[in-house]
Amino acid sequence: MTGTTKYAEAFAALEGAGSAPSWLADLRKAAHAEFSAIGFPTTRNEDWHFTSVTPIAERTFRLPKAPAAAPADLLADAVGDASWPRAVFVNGRFEPSLSSLAGSGDARVMTLAAALKDAPDVLSAHLGRLAAWNAQAFTALNTAFAQDGIVVHVPRGAKVAAPLHIVHAVDAQAAGAMLTPRLLVIVEPLAEFAIVENYLSQKGIEYFTNAVGEAVVGTGGRFHHYKVQRESREAFHVGTMQVTQGRDSLFHSFSYASGAALSRTNIYTKLAGDGAEVRLNGLYLVDGSQHADHQTFVEHIAPGCASRELYKGILDGDAHGVFNGKVFVDPQAQKTDGKQTNHALLLSPAARVDTKPQLEIFADDVKCTHGATVGRLDELALFYLKSRGVGAENARALLTYAFAAEVLETVELDALRDGLERIAFERFTHTEQR
Amino acid sequence: MLKIDNLHATAGEKEILKGISLTVNAGEVHAIMGPNGSGKSTLAQVIAGHPGFEVTGGSITYAGQDLLDLAPEERAQQGVFLAFQYPVEIPGVTNAYFLRSAYNEVRKARGEEEIDPMEFLDLMEKKLKVVDMDPAMLHRSVNTGFSGGEKKRNEILQMAVLEPRLAILDETDSGLDIDALRVVAGGVNALRRPDNATIVVTHYQRLLNYIVPDHVHVLAGGRIVKSGGKELALELEARGYDWVLEAA
Repeated sequence: MTGTTKYAEAFAALEGAGSAPSWLADLRKAAHAEFSAIGFPTTRNEDWHFTSVTPIAERTFRLPKAPAAAPADLLADAVGDASWPRAVFVNGRFEPSLSSLAGSGDARVMTLAAALKDAPDVLSAHLGRLAAWNAQAFTALNTAFAQDGIVVHVPRGAKVAAPLHIVHAVDAQAAGAMLTPRLLVIVEPLAEFAIVENYLSQKGIEYFTNAVGEAVVGTGGRFHHYKVQRESREAFHVGTMQVTQGRDSLFHSFSYASGAALSRTNIYTKLAGDGAEVRLNGLYLVDGSQHADHQTFVEHIAPGCASRELYKGILDGDAHGVFNGKVFVDPQAQKTDGKQTNHALLLSPAARVDTKPQLEIFADDVKCTHGATVGRLDELALFYLKSRGVGAENARALLTYAFAAEVLETVELDALRDGLERIAFERFTHTEQR
Repeated sequence: MLKIDNLHATAGEKEILKGISLTVNAGEVHAIMGPNGSGKSTLAQVIAGHPGFEVTGGSITYAGQDLLDLAPEERAQQGVFLAFQYPVEIPGVTNAYFLRSAYNEVRKARGEEEIDPMEFLDLMEKKLKVVDMDPAMLHRSVNTGFSGGEKKRNEILQMAVLEPRLAILDETDSGLDIDALRVVAGGVNALRRPDNATIVVTHYQRLLNYIVPDHVHVLAGGRIVKSGGKELALELEARGYDWVLEAA
């Protein structure tokens, strides 16, 4: 670890211009100090062993300027349903004219700025309390710089049917910029809420998305978080979601990653109440020289909790995939039921995957399994398709899609699932499934 | 239509087919019977072009051409069809899309125009009746989560759509209850024409009550050890395979 003063000037300027309440100013200051002290992680850090962030560390990204216009064509490309309530960020800034926050029932959906005015107590009680800004460089950097974001407070027992659609759209004006979106979700007991986050950008733009989300899911609450990352192939993306779960709660996460030169998705959850359940699923599709990394960390603190993970990757060209699934089982967490599965499909000889399950189990009455495969297309399945007259190339395309489809089926929102299936189908078969 | 001459095939180091000769003419139904491990399924899969087997000797001539020269998809396009013993699941690819892709590939090979999706649905309506299948099955992923019976029906549905000249049914009766067996056999019979032929590979005589063969062959140790008419199947059912093996 090496310290860095890289963003000190930008931070000082921001600090001087800001009018944040003192607790927030202090939080930002502390986070900036932490980032300056620890610097970007190197591959000597166990959590970053397979992913070098040198391309991010050696650049100096600027803070984004306010957008002049919104890229309308990009918004049309966001996978989801037009009827969902929508929060649109353009080049990191909330864009009210494109957003429609109404429609989330009893849930309060606010921008960070609005929450500072309207719900300061909720914000000060939770912001920065879960996300490890005091231990992780990217989280510290986001915490120091995050100016905009979304805060959701779902009151006790409120079950909101329509998901909140958060669109992060980027155009050429953000070239060279670091975007630091922030998300805070409080799901009170017995409430339910879903969020779909779409990260999109125009082609060919180099920038850095450094996103952080925090969520508290109360007793019997349910929270679904879908992230679709289709940023430009020159972009860098680090996204962290940090969750804590109460008794009998559910956290369900789905990550789709096909964009960025280098992407890292961190999903961390603490099963703090008895009988809580977490489902983490994901799919990454990379080719060329893309690098996609997923790290999950499930802390089984309370007894009788269940964790299920299924991640799949399809890699072509020289692409590199990483999956690191950490599971910790506390001595108290008896009757833990954990299952982790990771499958990668290699379409070219140069593509590679590093998979590292990491189980630390300190309770004796637990069931924890993990399985990983790295392989090529199944010869028997290929033969089956060919035996029906389907040509070799088309047979490979259909089976590649089928590999992806298994994990896309875990998406519970029809519009999102259909949209992702369509994108994946077209990617591999170059045709539409009607 | 099909002439197999002294066919030898191996799986890895192991020789499984040790000199099979068989002639199947248009309009005929042949049953290949035999104990487990006799090479019945291997023969079916070699005809379809399974990559797990290597032909080390002999020849297969189909419709006047060297079948072994053709890739599996070319064989299918020329009218060879294998109903799998264990149909493969293809999540995310709908039955409708899969069937239409296969149908269009076969049409292209015949020099015909591709069919459009609406026309195809009309065709499917007729074909579904052959195997008494719910149209909802068209919109499910190929074989994914299907019961054993549904998978076998789906195989016959594919056969009904592709209208092969040579259909090979590999243990299509295994795992079927009597009602499903009737439906599947009824489908196969409905598709019989004077210009096509069927090879039924089975361990039990039961299926042959419904699909009545013209010729029955007993395969053992990679060779055909006895051939006869449909009465041979009944005799095997009554007496088992041992007497044939001993006589051979």
